[in-house]
Amino acid sequence: MELLPLYLSAKLAIIATLILIVIAAPLAYWLTSSSRPGKSFVEALVNLPIALPPTVIGFYLLFLLGPKGSVGQIWESLFGGPLLFTFTGIVIASIFYSLPFAIQPIKASFEKIDNRLKENAYVLGLSPVATFFRVIIPNSINGIAAAAILVFLHTMGAFGVVLMVGGSVAGETRVASIAIYEAVESMQYQKAWELSLAFLPISYCFLLLVNKLTRK
Amino acid sequence: MGLTAVLKKKTRFFSIDVEFSCPEGETLALIGPSGSGKTTIIRMLAGLEKPDEGCIRYRDEILFDSVRGINLSPQKRKLGYVFQDYSLFPHLTLYGNAAFAAQDRKEVDSLMGFFGLTALRNRKPNEVSGGERQRCAVCQALARNPQLLLLDEPFSALDVVTRRILRNELKKITEKRTFPVVYVTHDITEALFIGNTVLPIVAGLVDREWMERIVAPATEPGIRARAARATKLALAY
Repeated sequence: MELLPLYLSAKLAIIATLILIVIAAPLAYWLTSSSRPGKSFVEALVNLPIALPPTVIGFYLLFLLGPKGSVGQIWESLFGGPLLFTFTGIVIASIFYSLPFAIQPIKASFEKIDNRLKENAYVLGLSPVATFFRVIIPNSINGIAAAAILVFLHTMGAFGVVLMVGGSVAGETRVASIAIYEAVESMQYQKAWELSLAFLPISYCFLLLVNKLTRK
Repeated sequence: MGLTAVLKKKTRFFSIDVEFSCPEGETLALIGPSGSGKTTIIRMLAGLEKPDEGCIRYRDEILFDSVRGINLSPQKRKLGYVFQDYSLFPHLTLYGNAAFAAQDRKEVDSLMGFFGLTALRNRKPNEVSGGERQRCAVCQALARNPQLLLLDEPFSALDVVTRRILRNELKKITEKRTFPVVYVTHDITEALFIGNTVLPIVAGLVDREWMERIVAPATEPGIRARAARATKLALAY
């Protein structure tokens, strides 16, 4: 069995998950606690990847991360290399693509926390930032873990976005889902079977874990 | 000088308009029927809600002044606040909760000893009884070494016997302190027991006759006498 695409998928999923949790936790907290009028616009924007076809997201990202796109230009001036068809490029694309899958479970677990805990932290002298780290996060571990698993699985299975932004560069952007597609295209069914079967137990076990975590 | 407050706030059903003070080392019991605005008043003292108008002073410090645009955050008011229930941090042990904002660990040990929580120090809040949780909440508030202690019906969710024990313990420990205590309750016996002064609040206003109207049918002369004394004290403020 060819392991490199599976390794790339896992590496991509782990890196995207770690970055997304760091981004999503404060953003979800802001969405939960803010009463600003712009909140619903931000929330809709964050959830847009759920409503858009992955190829559409990929198409936008292709231009945004490309040599003429703003992100691509900034990246190139800072690091001297392109973002398209690179591993870093598909990490950034995966972050955009999986953002709502991180936000939703974390936001749900923040909403479950009794407001009195937050108020109690305030009257005990904790700043809002300290309250976030010392009270909100420790009481949302299950939701954060569920979000991490969902993002991991979602990124592992990403196809359209990764293909648009990363193409299929062996050892760089040819993740398992793309390798399966190419194997089927070239009628290498044995290879496609092997890679596909590797996904099934991992995804099933992780989803069982998500159910357990979100039920608590 | 203690605490003085003039508070005005429009709520959904009525307008709160009260004025009171509480000297150092004394306990002011705010009493009244459910939904009369007591909790909103104590939340305004804590800075958890903002009055529309008014002024809150403690000693020489202004905690809130609508005219001067001063509104100290709850963090800066240096209070102890005991909620009705569910305010302990579920991820921490009872000791972790009591010591959450404490500066002196010895003080935490001594408070936990006083409230009989030493043996339960490593238990989580969901592993102890409601009475033990509220004892820990009082420890948490006192361990912060507050300059003002606010209690919002802290024992109302407990059974009668536990409530009686806890209010005895609370009275014993607050009698030794020099800061003012504001205690919200809808239980007249509790208010008369805990408070040096009892302030009846009805529909957001101080209703000095409310106590007499409520307690008048009581046959026990002791309770009536105490109610009359408390009402006189309330009138004095």
